[in-house]
Amino acid sequence: MTHLANRNETEGPDGHYGYFEHDADIGIIGRGATLEAAFEKAAAAMFAVMTDLPAVRRERTAGLEFEEADIELALVRWLNLLLATAREQGMVFAEFRLDHDGVVWRGSAAGETWRADLERGVEVKGATLTMLSVKSSATGWEARCVVDV
Amino acid sequence: MDLARLQQLNPWCWSVLLESGERRGEVRLYGSRELLSAMDNKVLEQITNVARLPGLVGCAMTMPDAHWGYGFPIGGVAAFDPERGGIISAGGVGFDISCGIRCLRSELPWQEVAPRARPLADSLFRDIPAGVGEEGDIKLAPSELDSVLEGGARWAVQNGYGALEDLEFIEERGCMADAVPADVSPLAKKRQRGEMGTLGSGNHYLEVQVVDRIHDGVAAAAFGIREGQTVVSIHCGSRGLGHQVGTDYLVSLAKAAGRLGIELPDRELACAPILSDEGQQYIGAMNAAMNCALANRQILTHLTRRVFHHFFPDAQLATLFDVSHNTCKAERHVVDGRERLLYVHRKGATRAFGPGHPTLPPRYRDVGQPVIIGGSMGTGSYILCGTRESEERAYSSASHGAGRAMSRHQALKQWRGRQLIDELAGQGILIRTRSMRGAAEEAPGAYKDVDLVAEATEQAGLARRVAFLRPKVCVKG
Repeated sequence: MTHLANRNETEGPDGHYGYFEHDADIGIIGRGATLEAAFEKAAAAMFAVMTDLPAVRRERTAGLEFEEADIELALVRWLNLLLATAREQGMVFAEFRLDHDGVVWRGSAAGETWRADLERGVEVKGATLTMLSVKSSATGWEARCVVDV
Repeated sequence: MDLARLQQLNPWCWSVLLESGERRGEVRLYGSRELLSAMDNKVLEQITNVARLPGLVGCAMTMPDAHWGYGFPIGGVAAFDPERGGIISAGGVGFDISCGIRCLRSELPWQEVAPRARPLADSLFRDIPAGVGEEGDIKLAPSELDSVLEGGARWAVQNGYGALEDLEFIEERGCMADAVPADVSPLAKKRQRGEMGTLGSGNHYLEVQVVDRIHDGVAAAAFGIREGQTVVSIHCGSRGLGHQVGTDYLVSLAKAAGRLGIELPDRELACAPILSDEGQQYIGAMNAAMNCALANRQILTHLTRRVFHHFFPDAQLATLFDVSHNTCKAERHVVDGRERLLYVHRKGATRAFGPGHPTLPPRYRDVGQPVIIGGSMGTGSYILCGTRESEERAYSSASHGAGRAMSRHQALKQWRGRQLIDELAGQGILIRTRSMRGAAEEAPGAYKDVDLVAEATEQAGLARRVAFLRPKVCVKG
């Protein structure tokens, strides 16, 4: 809990993602040394709402690409594209990679098809613009928003 | 909520005082002191933000079950005039477009169902796809999906899922007009491929309930319900397609608002003028997503009947009503003595037309539209009926559920799914779910007292209580 300023926040198991309070939905936080790393951890926070990430086999990788100039909207688009890709392919993702060059963002997500013995959490419908922020500080980047469940 | 900023107009209605230099429309909060005191201040912040949007007519309002949402509060209602620069907001509808409740009434007394409750619960759980990652058996080609998006529940009935009689008791007779499948992205359509006839997760459910108490005998008779009767409620929405429409247009409307010079107090209120190209495109896609939800609930109705018929071959399970609570609809309302066409956003709020409304089925026209307040899996739900006063007070709107009183995260700290399910079984409520986390998050204690919400809804004149339903079997996503 060392770098969580708000007492309502909770840290995920790997220390680089966490959650903040919202009445009906869930606030997610991703942190990293780079902007891309923070986005990757935000994705992990989101998928950890749906299942137990360590139990997910990295069997298949899906590629994603989008263009976005606004870095806050880029976070929302990244998360929503991951949700749509996972749903379209019937998969659950657990490992994420992202790079960006100007307005072009290219990423990948690794995981597997849902199987019966994977723990079921709660489905995330979409990442919202509520409490959306992407900020850098001396210790790195932090990306956060509320996801609708 | 800090009540110091509010002015109490009567025991069940409050307005928000304008601060110095503040420019916005009026705000009305419906509910008791007890309910409002327990609400987060964010509810107030969000609804006052809604009151700053262009073209608002009358007040921006919250229902007694309101809680903190995204953009609009859940339980938020606001109407906009297209002729006065009024907007349509993707954030004012939400991701689960046309999420709603279908209520089915059987002729079976609960005492006849009770001995077979366990196998019934198991069969419903087996045959109704529910929870994250679950898919349905219906896989539609893109052209077939376009037919769903145009036809809604009518498409489902025409394809063997249910009966023609169902359509009379669904809002819009089961089909939203002016749906434009071409305005729905290919990704949204791909996302729906395995999701027709699925329940989803979170607060979605299929419940077998018993009519525990009648409040209004005349309305109950019109609705065909009596004490001891078995009913079924199905709570779900437009699934992946609706989520993706919400996602696509949230970002595009946020950009459009900036381009069109609309100052957004909160980016989540992403919107465009109703009469703009961007606004019209969203409306076409949203109406298509509404039809997806109506078709989905119709298919789930069919699956539910199939399970019931296995155990009770003569069971009818007629549709009592199907009402959505995440919508924006073009409706005619009388404002200052003049009828106007308004776009009424109801985000986590139910339409509640009063007696005599021309769109109601003849069977209900004398008593008003059935309104369903879905409660938690441990407490119960209410059926109410619309009132004439609600037209003047809230564009004929009412509460949609118990409303959360506690965050999901707080609920997870307080309850364990397995323990909760065992406790509810001890109370005679059978829960079937694949998600222990989901069960804990949906603990009855995480919700407001549904009795207080229903009472406040009635006392505020938004809808009148007809019957209380007690849960017996609950399939959760």
